[in-house]
Amino acid sequence: MLAKRIIPCLDVDAGRVVKGVQFVDIRDAGDPVEVARRYDKQGADEITFLDITASSDERDTIVHVVEEVASEVFIPLTVGGGIRTVEDIRRMLNAGADKVGINSAAVKRPEFVKEASDKVGSQCIVLSIDAKRVSSDDESPRWEIFTHGGRQGTGIDAVEWAKRMTEYGAGEILLTSMDRDGTRDGFDLELTRTICDAVDVPVIASGGVGNLDHLADGITIGKADAVLAASIFHFGEHTVAEAKQHMASRGIEVRL
Amino acid sequence: MKIAVIDYGMGNLRSVSKAVEHVAPDADVRVTDDATFIGAADRIVFPGQGAARDCMAAIGDHHLNQAILDAAHNKPFLGICMGLQVLLQRSEENEGTDLLGVIPGEVVRFPLDLNQDGEKLKVPHMGWNGVKHTMEHALWNNIEDNARFYFVHSYYVQLQDEAIQSGSTDYGLSFTCAIARDNLFAVQFHPEKSAHDGLQLLKNFIEWKV
Repeated sequence: MLAKRIIPCLDVDAGRVVKGVQFVDIRDAGDPVEVARRYDKQGADEITFLDITASSDERDTIVHVVEEVASEVFIPLTVGGGIRTVEDIRRMLNAGADKVGINSAAVKRPEFVKEASDKVGSQCIVLSIDAKRVSSDDESPRWEIFTHGGRQGTGIDAVEWAKRMTEYGAGEILLTSMDRDGTRDGFDLELTRTICDAVDVPVIASGGVGNLDHLADGITIGKADAVLAASIFHFGEHTVAEAKQHMASRGIEVRL
Repeated sequence: MKIAVIDYGMGNLRSVSKAVEHVAPDADVRVTDDATFIGAADRIVFPGQGAARDCMAAIGDHHLNQAILDAAHNKPFLGICMGLQVLLQRSEENEGTDLLGVIPGEVVRFPLDLNQDGEKLKVPHMGWNGVKHTMEHALWNNIEDNARFYFVHSYYVQLQDEAIQSGSTDYGLSFTCAIARDNLFAVQFHPEKSAHDGLQLLKNFIEWKV
């Protein structure tokens, strides 16, 4: 039986792993190559790099990070952040990434996802969705796509967007709840479940993991195919191996 | 030892070559479409990604049909992912595509109503799944039966002669994920992305005495 995946995420800023709590309190969590190696040893199923480097002259650092990681870590690697053209995608794949995450560029021009998946194959294209709940408590739930780290609304409905992007060739969805990201309150399970039910491609739940039960809930209640987390792994609170043991103890199929 | 990783422009071969270099640090590993080097190489790794029709067209564009056919018949040859599928005769993909025809059989898509224990299964089959050894083989050395490997695919091979199946995987149905015949071994999963067991399989391939 196919295992549910655990994916540690490394936010990389100018070549260092950082993790902000709701995008403010940035703490330094180390050298990305070293961190990736550690997660690989702990049994991570994949590793995701999110490049949050703001200055364009430091953009190349992520390419070198990926190159270095890919020559010693032999599990799937995904890179997101700042991917705007097919050329950007090729650079990442040539550096050793297996998949790229596309976010704002798709919002700006949805056809980009079509062109990208035609060129490099759907299996390489992960659509990153940053969604925020916009319905009030007495309404049926509704989520909207946000860009720019959750600051800019787009008016696009998250469910419609997920469906459209998979029709355009996105091979996987990385779904982040902007309401939960950095809070450690757990995934927005209703959002996760709704998107998982709406699309046929695998969905990775992200945003809000504070303990190991949250990871398991993302699978059992949210119906996600994979779960992504950053801070619970970065600061040594839990290892990926512990997370897997815990998920297994809750009856979830994992690669041990 | 010369190892050719055949490059016909389909997919990123860096991770394949890096993984091979990792297990064979003294070998001359080249990502190449040079038929002469392929002809002279001691071992061949034949990866591939993408749609069947594009793969076949790319093999043709690189004038590699004959070099691949020769290698598949006369030296240790490891097919990976599309490098397994294009060895068969025909694929359903792209309204039907003729393949290289090295192995009798077809490539078919996972059915749309695929499910397990009442739960609908997603296609592509993406992630880590168990590989059951259905044959004893040198490439399974030091790899446990049912160890997990990383898969990404929507189509799978149906062999005419089940006797050459060397591994199977369950995903709503049981499908052939590895084949072995004489000097040839080919897998649907990605050993170069399958951590320790994947590297072990590549190492076994490098050490394999046909």
